[in-house]
Order: sequence, then C-alpha cells, then structure tokens
Amino acid sequence: MSVILKASHICVAYEGKKVVENVSFEVERGDYLCIVGENGTGKSSLVKAMLGLVPTCCGKAEFNLKNGRKRIGYLPQQNVMQNNFPASVKETVLSGCLSGMKFPKIYGKKERDTAEEYMKYLDIYELGKKSVGELSGGQRQRVFLARALCAADEILVLDEPVSGLDINAAKDLYNCLEKINKEKNITIIMISHDMQSALRYATKILHLDKTLLFYGSKEDYLLSPYSKRLLS
Amino acid sequence: MGFLEVVFTNPLFIRGAAIGFLVSLCAALLGVCLVLKRCSMIGDGLSHVAFGTLSVAVALNFAPLVITIPIVMLSAFFLLRLSESSSIKGDSAIALISSTSLAIGVAAASLGGVTKSVDGYMFGSIWLVEMEELYICIPLAAAVIAIFLLCYNDIFLVTFDEDFAKASGINVGVYKTVMSLLTALVIVIGMRIMGTLLISSLIIFPSLTAMRIFKSFKGVVICSSAVAVAAFALGFVVSYYTEMPTGASIVIVNALFFSVFYAIGKLARR
Repeated sequence: MSVILKASHICVAYEGKKVVENVSFEVERGDYLCIVGENGTGKSSLVKAMLGLVPTCCGKAEFNLKNGRKRIGYLPQQNVMQNNFPASVKETVLSGCLSGMKFPKIYGKKERDTAEEYMKYLDIYELGKKSVGELSGGQRQRVFLARALCAADEILVLDEPVSGLDINAAKDLYNCLEKINKEKNITIIMISHDMQSALRYATKILHLDKTLLFYGSKEDYLLSPYSKRLLS
Repeated sequence: MGFLEVVFTNPLFIRGAAIGFLVSLCAALLGVCLVLKRCSMIGDGLSHVAFGTLSVAVALNFAPLVITIPIVMLSAFFLLRLSESSSIKGDSAIALISSTSLAIGVAAASLGGVTKSVDGYMFGSIWLVEMEELYICIPLAAAVIAIFLLCYNDIFLVTFDEDFAKASGINVGVYKTVMSLLTALVIVIGMRIMGTLLISSLIIFPSLTAMRIFKSFKGVVICSSAVAVAAFALGFVVSYYTEMPTGASIVIVNALFFSVFYAIGKLARR
C-alpha cells in the first residue's frame, strides 16, 4: 500500500499561542482514519493546516495523489450561516467540481455527469432543486459529502460530519462513508467526537492533545492507555 | 413634455438614467455577495467614508472624485480585513468609522462654507451627475458584469463556503479584495444619485427581495438584478412626476417590491 498523506512536524499557532505541536504521521491509501481528542485539542486546526486553510508555523503535509493535482474532498464543520443561504442542492454538489477546473470554469457535461453520479450514489438526486437550507441535517451532510466526492476521487477529509445529527441520520452517514471507503477505495480522514463509532468504523486512530498522543491501528489503540481517557 | 420625450432629448436625463441603471445593476450583483457574507454594513460604512472625503475635498477645492475614489477603496480594503479579524468586533468598528467620517465631512463643509453642495452628497441628486462619473461608471459596470459572467461559479463557492473554496484551490483573498474594491467604486458613483444615507439600500434591498422567493443562487442573482433595474426605472419615473428626490423614490419602490415579494414568499410556502 502506498502512502497518500505524509504529515511532518506540523505546528499551528494562533496569535502566538500554539494549538498544534509537532505532529507527524503517515496515512496509507484506503485507510479510514479517525482523529479523536477532547474539545480544543487542535483537531480542526491540524486538519485545516494540512489542507492549507490556516498557515503552519513549521512542518508540512504532503499529499501523494495520482494525478499530481491537489484534489482533496473536504467536508467542513457545519456552519449555521449556511442554513439560510439560497443554494440549491444541485448548485452545491456541482461546485465541488470546481477544484479540478481551469478558467473559465463553466460546467460541462463531464461535471454534470459527475455531480449526478454522486447525487444518485448518496440518494439525494431527487432533492436536486431544493434549497440546502430546507433539508434535514442528515440530508444536508450527504449533499456536502457529494460535493466533497466531486472534488476528490482519492481522499476525503471530514470535520465532525455527524455533529448535530440524530442517531439514525448519523448511522446513515457512517454507512455512506463505509461504502465510499470500501467500494471506491477512497481514503477517509475524519475528526470525530463520537468514540463508539470511530472505533467501530475506523481502521486507524490518531489521538491528539495538542501533540500526538497516539497514532496506529484501532486494535493497538484499544490496548493503549489513551483509549481509556476518552472512553470513560 | 412627456416623460419619454424628456428622457431621450435632455442630456442630463440620459446621463442620469445611464448611471442609475448601471449603478443599480452593479450594486445588486455585488450586494448578493455582501448580504450573503453578512457584511452588507461595509457598504454603509464606505458611503460615510466617501461623504467625509468628498466634503473635505470640496472644502479644500480639490477635484472630489480624484481624492475620494482612492481613499474609499483603501477603506474598503481595510474594512474587509477588519471584519475578518476576530480581535475587533467588525460591526462596532464600522459604526465608529461611519460616524467619525460623517462628523469630519459635516465639520469640513461648515468650516469651508460649502454646506450647500455637500447637501447634494448627503441626499444625492441625479441632476448633479457629471460626465466624469459616466466615464468611470461604464468600465466599472463592464468589469462587474464580466467578473460575474466569467467567474460566476467561483463567486458562488467563495460566498457560500470560504473554507471549501480555499480547499478547492480558489484564491479567496483575491476575490474578496476585488469585490470590496468594486463595491467602493459603486458606492462613490452611486452616492451622487442616492446620497450617503440611501446608497446602501441599493446594495441590500434587491438581494433580500430576491431571497424571499428564490432559493437557488442563480435565481437570486438574476432576480435581484431584475428587481434593481426595475426599481430604478420606476423610482426614476415617480420622482419625475412627483418631484421627489430620486434617491428617496428609488428606495421607496425597493421597499414596496420587498413587501410584495415577502408576501408572495409567505403565501407560496404555506
């Protein structure tokens, strides 16, 4: 198996205060990695730094993607502001295709087909004309998942995708992710608060508390003392 | 003389109408992004800065636009950074800047003894518009429309989800800077018609009106442009017959449109 992401010595600081310190790890193609840790331990910052959304003070993340282009499917933390935004499901999913396009970015048949494929794959095709704000939480997350899939066919990065979802909607989303991971062999990196599900679906666990506490397979994690901290 | 006859024969009318249409359209397009990004108050702040600078320029006998445009563009750049930084609350900072600029403008006008012409900036008048403004307005409108046509999909994503746009490799900073600079220009030009106090309504009303009914970004963009142009045309005609100030009648028409769209939106969702 080949390495798809190599993070080396990543540090992030906000206004002089370090929130992520010296984190290094490697992710292999097809992995399902859950990043766990308590609130405010730098999980989101680490992910954002890897994606280049916030500056790092040192270290870097290298993605080893097939086509050489940096195409990563990102599902950001939920943003309540988006609930009133006039964006149809179709517009939202299509916008995922932009990452692979060159100026002038006008959607052609290829993009429309990709969007349609993933909308059908995640069972939201019928919602196409609806506004994202009108959907239930679970449907909305599937829309954003479809958008992320349009952006990337190798790796997905998700920031707490199930927060705010009820148990059934969360279970649906986990099933979607498992399907994507297994059927399409897409690498998944997910920040999660939900330890039970993280341990159920993930193959690897990264436990963060500003620095890296644990990184390895799920089985090893369960034997390590760190797992007790979050499970209790 | 009938309205249409005047419109097509009087150069003042033609100039005013041309600028009005172009400014309304640009303000509506930029307004969709500003409103959705929750920074429509930047427009309001900029209009006050423009007022302050214009009054100072008039009092000192400088060419008003030459001084005002760069200063307002600079403020736009600065206000945008301000609204991004978490340490200062953007809205209160904008309020401070607005009232300070307004005070400086009023003081400069009274010290310089030019209160009369400054009145024109406060409430605006379509008859004060000069050729100079039309020369700025045409390329400005061309730029705004071209950017919206060519980069429409990027604009959607930057407005909707900045983080995802960044992760998709879109240069969000460039878009935001360009947008705020264009907004600054639209405000300086539009102020001559609408006045300091009313110009921000050109930015805010059309997109809010469109959002009552349309639920897709494309729908909102197209509808708000149509609403803006229609409101200007109607407001212009009304102000001609009633001798109301043009700015005021345009805002009133916009408010009426909003109420009608609001009612339709409510009824449609029942």
